[in-house]
Parts: sequence; C-alpha cells; structure tokens
Amino acid sequence: MFLKEYFGTIYKSVKSLLTGMKVTGYYFTHQKEILTEEYPDNRSTLKMFDRFRGEVIMPHNADNEHRCTGCQACEIACPNGTIKIITKQELMPDGKKKKRIDAFIYHLELCTMCNLCIVACPSDAIVMGQTFEHSVYDKKTLRKVLNKPGSKIMEGVE
Amino acid sequence: MNIPLLYSLSGLARTIHIWLAGLISNEMLLLTTEMVIMGISLIAFLVLLCFFLGYMERRVAAFMEIRLGPNRVGPKGTLQIVADTVKLLLKEGLTPDLSDKFLFNLAPLIVVITSMLVIAPIAFAKDFQLWDINIGVLYVSSVSSIAVIGILMAGWASNNKYSLLGAMRSGAQIVSYELSVGLSLISIVILSGSLSLSDIVYSQSNGWWIFKGHIPIIISFVIFVVASTAEINRAPFDMAEADQELTGGFNTEYAGMKFAMFLLSEYINLFVVSAIAATIFLGGWMPFHIGGWESFNHIMDYIPSFFWFMGKTFFIIFIIMWFRWTFPRLRVDQLLSLEWKYLLPISMVNTILITVMAIMGWHF
Amino acid sequence: MRSLIAEDYVTPEGEFVINMGPQHPSTHGVLHLKLWLNGETVNKVEPHLGYIHRSIEKMSENLSYRNFIFATSRMDYLAAHINNEACALTVEKGLGIEAPPRAKYVRTIISELTRLSSHQLWWGCTGLDLGAVTPFFYAFREREAIMEIMEETCGARLTQNYMVPGGLMVDIHPNFQKRVKEVLTLIKKNFNEYDEILTGNVIFENRTKEVGYLSKEDAISYGVTGPTARASGVSCDIRKWFPYSAYDQVQFNEILDTGGDCYARYMVRMHEMRESVSIIEQLIDNIPEGDYQTKTKAVLKLPKGEFYQRVETPRGELGVYIVSDGAASPYRIKYRSPGFSNLSALPVMAKGGKIGDLVAIMATIDLVIPDIDR
Repeated sequence: MFLKEYFGTIYKSVKSLLTGMKVTGYYFTHQKEILTEEYPDNRSTLKMFDRFRGEVIMPHNADNEHRCTGCQACEIACPNGTIKIITKQELMPDGKKKKRIDAFIYHLELCTMCNLCIVACPSDAIVMGQTFEHSVYDKKTLRKVLNKPGSKIMEGVE
Repeated sequence: MNIPLLYSLSGLARTIHIWLAGLISNEMLLLTTEMVIMGISLIAFLVLLCFFLGYMERRVAAFMEIRLGPNRVGPKGTLQIVADTVKLLLKEGLTPDLSDKFLFNLAPLIVVITSMLVIAPIAFAKDFQLWDINIGVLYVSSVSSIAVIGILMAGWASNNKYSLLGAMRSGAQIVSYELSVGLSLISIVILSGSLSLSDIVYSQSNGWWIFKGHIPIIISFVIFVVASTAEINRAPFDMAEADQELTGGFNTEYAGMKFAMFLLSEYINLFVVSAIAATIFLGGWMPFHIGGWESFNHIMDYIPSFFWFMGKTFFIIFIIMWFRWTFPRLRVDQLLSLEWKYLLPISMVNTILITVMAIMGWHF
Repeated sequence: MRSLIAEDYVTPEGEFVINMGPQHPSTHGVLHLKLWLNGETVNKVEPHLGYIHRSIEKMSENLSYRNFIFATSRMDYLAAHINNEACALTVEKGLGIEAPPRAKYVRTIISELTRLSSHQLWWGCTGLDLGAVTPFFYAFREREAIMEIMEETCGARLTQNYMVPGGLMVDIHPNFQKRVKEVLTLIKKNFNEYDEILTGNVIFENRTKEVGYLSKEDAISYGVTGPTARASGVSCDIRKWFPYSAYDQVQFNEILDTGGDCYARYMVRMHEMRESVSIIEQLIDNIPEGDYQTKTKAVLKLPKGEFYQRVETPRGELGVYIVSDGAASPYRIKYRSPGFSNLSALPVMAKGGKIGDLVAIMATIDLVIPDIDR
C-alpha cells in the first residue's frame, strides 16, 4: 500500500525526531548535569594527578641539596635535545677532584613530556612537576636552569 | 466582543500622538515626525531584541550541550553580545579584490531591510500595530520572499565558489518552501475570512485557532513552523550557510559589520516568523481563555497583551532553537524532496479539509 | 571580473573546480581535496597530501630504539597508545623478548580504552560534520572520563608514551581498576543516548544510508582496512587474525557489515565500541600480578634483519616495518598507516555523490590527517 507506507514513513520520522529532541530537552531542563569547569576561577581547587607530566623539575631539600650527579643519562635519553648538562671539576676536602654539575639546563620549549629522562635517571634527581601553565611572552624565559644557585649534591648520592 | 484589557501599549501611543499634535500643527509634518519616531524606536527595539535572541540562542545551545555558555561579560553574560557587536564594529569591513563591489555592499542592506519591512503589519499588543493593512498576510508572505534576492546577490558578488553554491541552494530552498508557508497561512485565512492580521487576531477572541481548528490546524501549524525554519535558513535547513560543507556559504567573504547585518537579519527573521505563527495560530496578543471559567479568564486578562504576544513568540522561537541544536543538516536534494513530496501534498490536502470544515462550520 | 572562465574555475567541459581545504571545517585538518563539480554533484575528487608531513619515519632513524617510540604518538594522535604499542611490539620482536603478562593485559586494556575514546571523538565529529553540533559535547563527556584515566596512569592525556620495549614505563596507578569500572558504567549508560540523538534520527539515516558505497572488491584492491573495510564485508581485524598482547585471552566478535555505505561504517564503529567495553570487562579484574617490565639492556640493539608488526588501530591496520643493520638505531623505518590507504578509496566512494555526501564519507572513514602524512 502506497499510502500506508507514506504515512508510516512520516510517523517513524516524526517519532525519531521527537526522540532526539527528548534527549536535548532533558539536558536543557536538568542543568545539574553541566560539566563545564570554569578554569581560571577553579585554580585554587584544581589538583592535577600526581603522575601528570607538566615539566621536569629537580627537587631540592631544605639544605639546598639535590641528587644530580651529572651522569648525563637524561641528556642521552632525551630524544629532542631538551636537556643540557654543564659539569665542572670540584676540589674535594680530601684533595681529590670530582665531577659536579655546574648547570642543569632544561629547554621547556623543546620538551614533549615523554618521561624518558625521568626513567633514565639512576639517582632519581629529576621528577615531573605538575605545573601546566607555561605560557610566557618571551620564549627565552622557557630555558631554565634546574639546579638552584649555590646548591650542592646530597651526601651519599653517587 | 468586549475585551477588558487593562494595560495596553495603545494608550501610550495615543498619549504621544496627542502631545505631538499639540506641538505641531502641520498635518504632513506631524505624520513625518511620527513616522521617524516609529522608525527609530522600531530599529532600536529590533536591535535590542536581536541582542537578546543572540544571548538566548547561545545559552539555550549551551544548556542543551551540557555547557554553561557565555557568563563572563555583564551579569550572567548578558552583555556578551554587546561586546561581540563592538568587536564586529571595530573590524575591517573587507571587500574582496575581485568581487562586484556595489552588489557586495548592497546585499547585506537588502537582506536586513526586507526582514525589517515584514515587521510592519504585526500586532505587538492590543490595538498596537505599525500598519494595520487589510492584506497583511499577503504582504508578509510576499515581502519576506524578497530576502532571497539579497542572498543571491551576496553569493554572486563575493566571487567565491562556496558563496555561489550557497546562494544557489538558498534560492531553490526559499522558492520551494514559500509554497508550504503560503498554504498554511491560507488555511487560517479561510477560517477567519480575512487577510488582515488584526482581524485574524480578533477572530480568536473566543479561542485560539490551534484549539478551535481541530487536527488540520495543528498539522498546518507544524508545517508552518518547519517550512518557515527552512525559509529563514536555520539549521537543520541551513543549506545556504552549511559551515561543514560550504564553510559559511553566502557569507563566507563577509566580515565585520556587513557580516553582522546578515546575523541581524537572521534573528529578525526568526522573530518575525515566530511572531506570525503566534499571531495566526496562537491568537497573537489574545489572552488564554477557557470557556466557562470566568474568574480564570479574568485573571488572564490582567496580564498585559504585550506579554501574551511576546510569550507566545518566544515559545515558538525556543522550539525553533531546539530544532537547531538537536538535528543534523539535511542534504540539498533531501531538502527539496521533503518539501515537494511531503510538506506540499500534505498542506494541499489539509487546505481542502480546512475549506470543507469552514464551509460546513465544523470548527468552534 | 577578470579571469572568471579560467582553467582553475571551470573546466572546458563546464565542471566547477573547487578546492576543499587545506583550510576547511570538515577535512579534520589540513587535507586538501580538489573537487570537480557538476552543480552539486561531485564528478571527481583528488586528494592532495603533504601539508602536515613531519618526516617522523626519517626522524626515527636517528633515534635509539627506546627513544623513537614517543614520536609515533604524533602520527595518529587519537590512538597514540596503539601506535606506541606497535613500535614497542616490533622492537620486542626484534630483541626476541616478550612483555610480562601483566604488561600485556594493561596494554590491551589501555588499547581498548584508546579505541573507545577515539570512536567517541569520531562519533561526535560525525554528528558535527553532518550539522548536529550537540552530539559532539555528549561524546566528549565520556571521552573526558577516559582521558582522566590516561592522565592518572600514564601521565598524559593524548600523547601517552606509556610503552617501552619490554613492557610498561611505570606500573598502573592503584586507582586504575576502580576508575575503569566507573567509566564503563558511565559509557554503557550513555550508549542509549547516542542511539536516540543520532543513530535513529531520520535525517541522519537519510544522510548516511546508500551514500558513499564501497564494494568489497574495491575495499580489497585499495588496501582499505579497519572499520571502513569491515563495513564492506572484508574480514580484516588484526586482533582476530594475528592476535598480539592479550587479545588471544579474550572473547570478542569481529564486527562485519555488508552495507558498504556510510551507515554501515557508522554501525560497525558503534558496535565496536560495545565490543571494546566487553573486552575491557573481561580483562580488568584479571590483571595478573608480577613485573610490569622485562629487564632489557641499557642500549638496545636489534639483530640484523627486517621486522614487521601490525596492530589494529581504531582506523585500521597500522604496520611498523623496521630494517636493522645491527646498530643502536633503526636503519630504515616505515609505517603503514591506515589513514593513507583508506583515503585512497575516497575518490571511488565520493564519485557521483553530492558535496554533503562527501562530507559524510570523510566523516565515516574517520580520517586523521597527521596519520596520513606522518
């Protein structure tokens, strides 16, 4: 029957359209379902996951000591040349000379947060920080020196 | 029929008229002054209305999409559209190098002016109408179809292939959907026996046509809403713009205030179409009455007629927005087959039914 | 108006020439399609590639076997984990080692989560391409939940780089199993909504049914893989044919359809999402205890030879082909990306359709442009 088919099509179409409108209508009337996070306003409550890879940082303890021995394993592991370690020879109290880091240079603008340097580090000197707001006006400020001025290596880390 | 409406804008209009008549003695000058005042207040009203509609659309869309929508500029984001307008005003009114510059700059004006012209015969409140023309329905349907010329002009003059495709789609679309819109309007003209919009409103004083006219009128109401959504180029019938296919269609090349004009006309059209649907099917400014419930009817009469009109209009605007944020877009050939294979035959049969109904007096 | 009738506008046969892309909303990136139109009808399509070529293959040749994996996240960025897994599997094959069972299970679970999130994004984008904006946001609600699992366990949302040759980079997060179960509940609850708003919609059905037909023969001859080929009836699920990781431990169906049109491709992906949910459900409670990584040498060196490993990404078959000369970095690397082959069938599918159909076809092939260009 042509007419039956014709009106059947119309009935089915209208029904399917109303089903769709029911879904959007539900969300229009149930505004508690809204998922938007108002980002700059929720900054104080926003907590990133502890594994989130925001940037490479070098933790220092209260005595301004870090764990980096300057072995350059991270520099080798980095696929992008993000890390550059400058070492110096330091005179020990017992008269021996030892390799110590002068500057741990980290180019945030080159980093892809692949975590390979953290995995490669034998002395857990570097970790991933959770900061993610890295936008700056000058690209040069993204070149960071991770060891703090005057810091030295922690006792017992070789 | 005595309709005890307590508040009405017609009183305000009369007061202004008497005051002006006291100041200006020359008949011609008085008329011109009044027309200028009318024009300015109408444009101001429409621009404010479009601000509100823009805000409403964005909030409605946001809530349907589990978002918040604009909520930063002004209280609850109400000034967002004002900020956007300022941005559009400050933008460069770029005219592409190889375009037909005269037509390119003329097109937005034509589109806006035609959509503003259609406002004239609409009754905003009791006895408050810019131009109570006795062929109001005919005027509305004929003037609103001029807009397609503006769109074709924009598409052609842009010298952009996407614009041209969009304009051609729009031409085919508006010309076809005009038929269904006309037939649904005619169904009410048959029942009320008048082409004048104010007469149509008065004919609904004992009940709106959508209640009085049984199922055929409901069908023609649905057809009117669907076909007019298509006529004003709104999703799911926005073939002329079709961002995902034609990158914006006829307004691809427009920027700044010229683009804002198209936006303005889109919202004015949305308002006009909803206002006409409200006038014709939902009783315009007529309050909601239930036969026999005298006290209820009396309470309804206390609500000013302007609010009745606006409430009904915004109800239909909301439905059209609901369509837009739910449905995918039709394809261009399906759009035409929807019109020619479904809407047009149904509204033709429907018109016959309504004619029979009117002759036999089966409606209330 | 000067030069209106020029070769670039209108051909001598009266065909309208349009450049769709590289900047176009529905090419999902910088794909450039040159269209020859007769009115609205597409007579011919010519894809132009190379706008986002970054030579990942050549870059990989200068990196060690541990380091080159991270770059593959940037190929098919919606299935970064699966790309990484493919590379890790190839290197493992070359070294002759195998990941411990725990790593295999976790790899499979995360692969399927990736597939789910990729398909959800695809579902949203299909709606968006066809003009329905709202599904996009519904899709992102579930995708966001999956992204949070990724962020918690892998440390990154999109470019996870969680794979190393020999296993996982770090062990799974203690919350992993709990969160995955929560997400699965959420996803199963919302599948109905997907069907209500898009699948059953009459406009959507008209836009996709009998549009962009790809026959079984064409699918095979153009090397089409993945859901696109399975919708044409080609059985090509790598997870079934050449099981890797823990896919041999689970029961699942290969979704096949014979429609060959956009709607069939759509339905194949919709069913695949349900299959993914069932795969994860089978594995999530049975993750074996033990090491998450096999001990490997500090510097990996593959023996001289050629190694090939294929995996099933959400878009089709990804092959990693490594030629090794025994050094610490690959001599030559080639990725057989699914998007490239699937795109090659686009001119066949789009011929004779409307512009709107072309958009629907591109949406249902699920093109990811960086995957095509690499």
